[in-house]
Order: sequence, then C-alpha cells, then structure tokens
Amino acid sequence: MQRVLNPIEEMYENRPRRWWLYTIIVLCSALILGWSGNAIQFKGLASKGSEVAYGIFYGIINPDMTLLWNLTPEGVPYMLFETIAIAVLGTLIGGLLAVPVSFLAAENIMPKWAAFIFRAFILLIRTIPSLVWALVWIRVTGPGPFCGVVTQSICSIGMISKMYINAIEDLDTKILESLDAAGCTRFQKIRYGILPQLYANFVSTLIYRFDINIKDATTLGIVGAGGIGAALVQSINSRRWSMVGAFLVGMVILMLIIELFSTRIRNKLARG
Amino acid sequence: MAKKKKEKTIRKPLFDRIFPPRTIMVGDQSVQKPRSRTWLIMIFMLAVVWGSVIVTKFDIGIVIRRGYQLTVILAKVFNPDWSYLNKVINPLLDTIKMSVLGSVIGSTLALPFAVMASTNINKSGWLVAILRVILNVIRTLPTLVIASICALIFGLGTFAGTVAITVFTFGIVAKMLYESIETIDMGAFEAMEALGASKFQAFWSAVMPQVLPTYLSHSLYSFEINIRAATILGYVGAGGLGILINERIGWRDYEGLGTVLITLFVVVLIIENTSQYLRRKLS
Repeated sequence: MQRVLNPIEEMYENRPRRWWLYTIIVLCSALILGWSGNAIQFKGLASKGSEVAYGIFYGIINPDMTLLWNLTPEGVPYMLFETIAIAVLGTLIGGLLAVPVSFLAAENIMPKWAAFIFRAFILLIRTIPSLVWALVWIRVTGPGPFCGVVTQSICSIGMISKMYINAIEDLDTKILESLDAAGCTRFQKIRYGILPQLYANFVSTLIYRFDINIKDATTLGIVGAGGIGAALVQSINSRRWSMVGAFLVGMVILMLIIELFSTRIRNKLARG
Repeated sequence: MAKKKKEKTIRKPLFDRIFPPRTIMVGDQSVQKPRSRTWLIMIFMLAVVWGSVIVTKFDIGIVIRRGYQLTVILAKVFNPDWSYLNKVINPLLDTIKMSVLGSVIGSTLALPFAVMASTNINKSGWLVAILRVILNVIRTLPTLVIASICALIFGLGTFAGTVAITVFTFGIVAKMLYESIETIDMGAFEAMEALGASKFQAFWSAVMPQVLPTYLSHSLYSFEINIRAATILGYVGAGGLGILINERIGWRDYEGLGTVLITLFVVVLIIENTSQYLRRKLS
C-alpha cells in the first residue's frame, strides 16, 4: 500500500544516507587507533613518580619568591626579558627574510615551477623542528641567547612566508591598473597600490608569530640557546620544586600577558 | 542631538590630548585629523630592538665568520646515510602512534570542557571564567616542559610523550572549539529547549551537527602540529624520534641525522597533505 507523503516527510525519506561512508570512516579510525594503541605501555608510575607530582604541585603553590623578584641575571625577570628579546629579534629578522622568499613563492608573480621550488624550500624549513635548528646553529654561534635569535630567524621564515603568500596571492591588481592610468610611477604604485593592501596582514602575522616565538624561546633554552628554558629544566632535574614553581609562574604570567595584547592588537588590525 | 552629547563624553586618548589633532577646513565644515602616531611607534620599536640587541649579545659577525660551519653540516645532512634507515623506522612509528593517540584522547577530552567554557551554552559566568583561565594556563605550558615533567612522573618512554601530547591537544582544541561553538546559530538550540528537550538533548541534536565538521577539522589540525611536536619530545626522554636526533647530533653523525630528517620530511608531507585534503572536504 502506497502511503501518501506530505512534502516534508518526503524530503525526510529521501535524505542522503551514506551509512557505508560512515562505516568506512569509523572502521578506518578504529584500525588506526588499535594500531597505535600499543604506544601506551603503562608501567605504572616511575619510582618516586607520585613524589614528583606532589613536588610540582607544592612548588607551584609555593614559588620561590626571592627568585621571582631577583633582578640580577639569575632571577626570573631577567630571564623572561631575555626570552622576550630573543623572540623580538627572531621574529623581526625572520619577518624581513620572509618577504623576498614569499614574493618568490607567490604563484601570481612567479612562474608555477619557480613558485613550487620555493614552496618546497619553505616546507623544508617548517618541517625541521626548531630544536634541531638550534642544535645545528649552536655549532656556529656557540651557546647563548644569540643562538636562539639566529634559530628563530630561520624557523620563523617557514610559517611567516606561508601567511605572507596568502596575502600576496589575494592582492587586488585592478588597483595597480587604475594607478597606472593615473600616471603613477613604479615606486608610487608600490607605495600606494601594494603596501596598504599588505601592511595590516603582514603586521598581524608578525605579532602572531611573536606569540609563538615567545613560547618557542622558552623551549630553546633546553638545548642551551638562552632564555628561561635551561634554568627550568635544570631545576626540574635537580628536583628543586619551589624554583620550578617560580619559573613556571613567571612564564605563564608572561605568556598570558603577551597573548592578551597580541590578540587585542590583531583584532584592531583585522577591523582596520 | 543625543548623538552629539554622547560624542562629547568620550574621553580622548592620552596621545590626542598631548598632541591635539589638526583641524582642516573643507569649505565651511571642519574635519579633525589626528596627528600621525608612526614616529611614536617607531621610537618604541627602536628602543625594544636596541634593548634586545644588547641583551642577546647580537653579533652578525659570528654568523658571517663561522657560517661555513653550517654549510658543512647541511652538506652532510643532504647526503644522508641510507643504511641507517632501518633504525629510524621504529622510533618514527612510535612518534606517529604517540601523536595519533595523544590527538584522539586530547580532542575527546576537550569536547565536554569546550562546551562548558562557551558562554552561549553555559550561562554561569564564574564557571566559564574559571574554565577559561585553566585552559589558558594549560596552553601556555610548552609541550617540552610538560613532557619533561611527565617523563619524571611516568618514567621514560612513549607513555610520557603521549600524555604530554594529550595535554597540549586538549588545550588548543578546547580553545578553538569553544570559539566556534560561540559563533553558531543558537535558534535551533533554543527551539528544542522550548519544546522541552533537556540541555544535553538539545545540544546533541542542535549544536553537535553544526560544530562537528569544525571540531574534526580542529582535531586534524592539532594532529598536524603534534606530529612535528612529537619528534622533539624524545629529547627529554619521552620516546620517539627525538632520542635519535639528539644522539646523532651528539655524535656529530650528520649523515645519520640527514636520514632521520629526510624521512621525517616525507612523513610530515604525506600526513599534512592528507589532513589538509580531509579538512577541505569537511568545510
């Protein structure tokens, strides 16, 4: 017997049913999960594991106040300042180096094959972890904050040019034509036709990368490239928990402040 | 009239009070043109850069003088020792497993917290505020620091790495997810609540279908980041490729390092392309 359907029910009856697709997706995910399941080899806590957990908890609640307010190079404020300095220079130099690279890798400026080569180069920079870059650069510069600066200058190119390229490929070239028609020189075309379109985007990218670099600079210290990381890991390994607490508290506060400001400035830039 | 009054009460920024805007007459109308602030920003930036140069002992001469060292190393890295490959495979698989598990567990845990931290679903302001502070703090901790703490608590090995990646994924997925939950269309949710559905039912059938594609996309994105993050976790003893990388550099075996890095490059390339393809399909 044919039931009479009203239009809504008819639409509902004819809804797309892709259960086989869902089944395949679920099966694949389950397979991948099952395959990777053996990475977890939980052997219980390490000996003294719970002691460590308690120690860290204790340290965060009772940070070493003298260290937190110590203004000499051994204190937290100076180390945070050094971290910021590394990130500032790394981001700026990286941002400058990324400009030519990204123009060369933009498909609307260069021929396709050339753009492809530069894109592969950018990807190569991005894939190698910054820690590895730091370990390699240490051979050149020796340990210290300068190594961090050089490392970040190179590492930043990867992500910054990726964002730059997007901005460059979105350029509105009709503006250039109208400037041409108005009789502008080449320099004027760049100054009034191209820079205003890219400026906000570039600055926003730089601030975003600065945010990441601050976080990255703390880990670079672990291999000896300056910043707060070295002292933090040393104090973790020597189990001086109130020192660990002081470093962690300082770091978290710094990053919260930087993130707050960077989102605020970027929102302002995005709205114009 | 009312609008004019409101404009008067707006407090001028400090800058405009010190340097009053120039008034330009256009016909019989006047326009206030604020003074350019570029020089102020420039001075500030120069001061910051100058301070940074001093603190970091910046010396471009070192790079120029000793830069050839890098080319020596890079030449060896790009001339990899392929006999080393069979030792790379296992740690590489460990790294992938760690990031798969960490991403899945982390993003699953993130779902309920993200829901509770979004202002349009959770109406109690203090709970949202507390959750967001916790999420922010978790996000600021570098993965390597979490991993080194985990390695002390759970012992050396892949488990510590998995926990570190889980924590990291949890932080970023929860943040991205509550931001996208807050932008959804709440009409369906309110309609279902009005019809007598419980909060959970309404969420499940009105909000979930809207956020599911973005949620999966965020999870895949964090997986992409995790693959790269997981490679260095071994440096603090949390399993994966990092141990090998550290060892090769320590022994100055740059040919072996090249093998590790190029294999990593290929794997990351494959995973990123697959994940980007899936994310494009999702959106």
